[in-house]
Amino acid sequence: MFTAHLSLTDFRSYPTAELALEPGVTAFVGPNGQGKTNLVEAIGYVASHASHRVATDAPLVRHGAPRAVIRAVIERDQRRALVELEINPGKANRARVNRAPVSRARDALGVLRTVLFAPEDLALSKGDPSERRKFMDDLLVARHPRFAGVRADYDRALKQRNALLRTASQARRRSPRRQMDDAAFASAGAGDVLSTLEVWDAHLVRHGAELLAARLDLVENLRPLVAKAYAELAPGSVPAQIDYRWFSTDEADLGTDRAELAVRLGQALAEARAQEIERGVTLVGPHRDDLLLRLGELPARGYASHGESWSFALALRLAAYDLLRSEGGDPVLILDDVFAELDAQRRRRLAEIVAPAEQVLITAAVAEDVPRELSGARFDVTEGSVTHVG
Amino acid sequence: MYEGVVQNLIDELGLLPGVGPKSAQRIAFHLLSADPADVKRLAHALLEVKEKVRFCRVCGNVAAEEECRICRDQRRDPHVICVVEESKDVVAIEKTREFRGRYHVLGGAISPIDGVGPDDLRVRELMARLADGEVTELILATDPNLEGEATATYLARLVKPMGLKVTRLASGLPVGGDLEYADEVTLGRAFEGRRLLDV
Ligand SMILES: Nc1ncnc2c1ncn2[C@@H]1O[C@H](COP(=O)(O)OP(=O)(O)OP(=O)(O)O)[C@@H](O)[C@H]1O
Ligand SMILES: [Mg+2]
Ligand SMILES: [Zn+2]
Repeated sequence: MFTAHLSLTDFRSYPTAELALEPGVTAFVGPNGQGKTNLVEAIGYVASHASHRVATDAPLVRHGAPRAVIRAVIERDQRRALVELEINPGKANRARVNRAPVSRARDALGVLRTVLFAPEDLALSKGDPSERRKFMDDLLVARHPRFAGVRADYDRALKQRNALLRTASQARRRSPRRQMDDAAFASAGAGDVLSTLEVWDAHLVRHGAELLAARLDLVENLRPLVAKAYAELAPGSVPAQIDYRWFSTDEADLGTDRAELAVRLGQALAEARAQEIERGVTLVGPHRDDLLLRLGELPARGYASHGESWSFALALRLAAYDLLRSEGGDPVLILDDVFAELDAQRRRRLAEIVAPAEQVLITAAVAEDVPRELSGARFDVTEGSVTHVG
Repeated sequence: MYEGVVQNLIDELGLLPGVGPKSAQRIAFHLLSADPADVKRLAHALLEVKEKVRFCRVCGNVAAEEECRICRDQRRDPHVICVVEESKDVVAIEKTREFRGRYHVLGGAISPIDGVGPDDLRVRELMARLADGEVTELILATDPNLEGEATATYLARLVKPMGLKVTRLASGLPVGGDLEYADEVTLGRAFEGRRLLDV
């Protein structure tokens, strides 16, 4: 698939922008701060309904404007689809596909699939577990858009449960006898809390097990692809390995059977209950898990060199690309300012690997940063005007 | 900011559900230029609804008297109670003409984020209605979103020892939505295809 047309209204620095694009390689070149990343960020947003740079939508709307609109024409197997997204910070986004409104914006996910490389990716290997959870969940949604709903349901159930635990923990703290057992606690008027806690447990477990099963399956599928991509980027290196890290068991042989996972998650919640009420927060579940990255015997985080960390981050993205491609439809590759970050060898390797993709969109501050292997169309981006220069 | 009284009106209107600052301003200026008689009628309707309308002492639905129209209707089946979150859900279900039993309006759904637990809903009143054993089926028609599901699960567990038939509206309702937004046909079908809820 490829993006054939992009049109922006009040997105980031652009009051308006119109851009006709072709398959193959396209580079956006221009000095710092001129709006190159803003363009590819918009395309990434169409695919994931999130920015790769910021966690909230407010910065995506042009300063002083009430909302931003992104329109993109996506072509796949000679068929075109028009996706229109209206970004309303603090409110629900609205979306249309081929001019027909969809009931929720997330129903417009899946028309475009992208894999985006950016300087921020270094956090995949060096950052907190939340970065890697986001990597897994974004990829799940790209694979099967209905997981946007599963993830939203899980997050909502988690928020509700945490709110309830907070209330319980405050009630307990206020009480004169802090070390009450559950029975005394219940009779002290907090029984309400405990009886509804079981209800939230049930919902947390249901959505949590679904998310967990999907992540475990994803990691199974990614494992050989990551090892292969890493070996290609850094030939002769020790092997790269990924494993799903569940809260209690290090390397447990978790099956991907949802019913079984639900039982285990339920047990884990039961075991953690006293501590959860004490601390007022949910301590087990997919929101605490991690993707463990290892080079040979050593964990990447805390041990890998800067260059190795970069290679691992790139290998994760390349594996994601391989996986999506093998499951239908070549995703659009976006390389935001990554070549400037890499040494000559990794730069060349990466260029060779991505060159055959159906569409590659690159941003770079200077034209020399774009490897020769990736010659193609070029746009100059200066002060918010985007000009096709060949 | 406008002169005191105008700004007051805008602020008050802005507190209404679904009315943002912009709409509040538009409504306020519409009222300023409207015919005084029209505005009086609106003000009167607002006051009247607060004075005259109350909540049915049996089911919690809005009522013009002590008991609502449905609770007073002897032809309605006393063996089935349909539990909903709001009075507007009663209206939506009545439109389908699929249901001939009685209602119980909870006044919301369990939502710890908003500080709403079972004690803040009309759960106790529901339990009292079930006590004499006349009711044999409880239909849980809370909204098809997470809070509605959680409320249904809670109630199903609570009444389990009573051994009555507990059902939930069939799927097919737009998930994540409000009952009131479901069209009549879909809602009617959801009623017909309701399934036993076991917890
Ligand atoms: N919401 C917004 N409203 C107005 N301007 C914005 C908004 N968000 C970002 N900008 C402006 O957009 C510019 C950044 O654009 P962008 O990140 O695309 O730069 P770039 O061309 O990729 O630069 P670099 O080469 O440094 O990566 C900044 O000047 C910033 O002030
Ligand atoms: Mg940039
Ligand atoms: Zn009534």
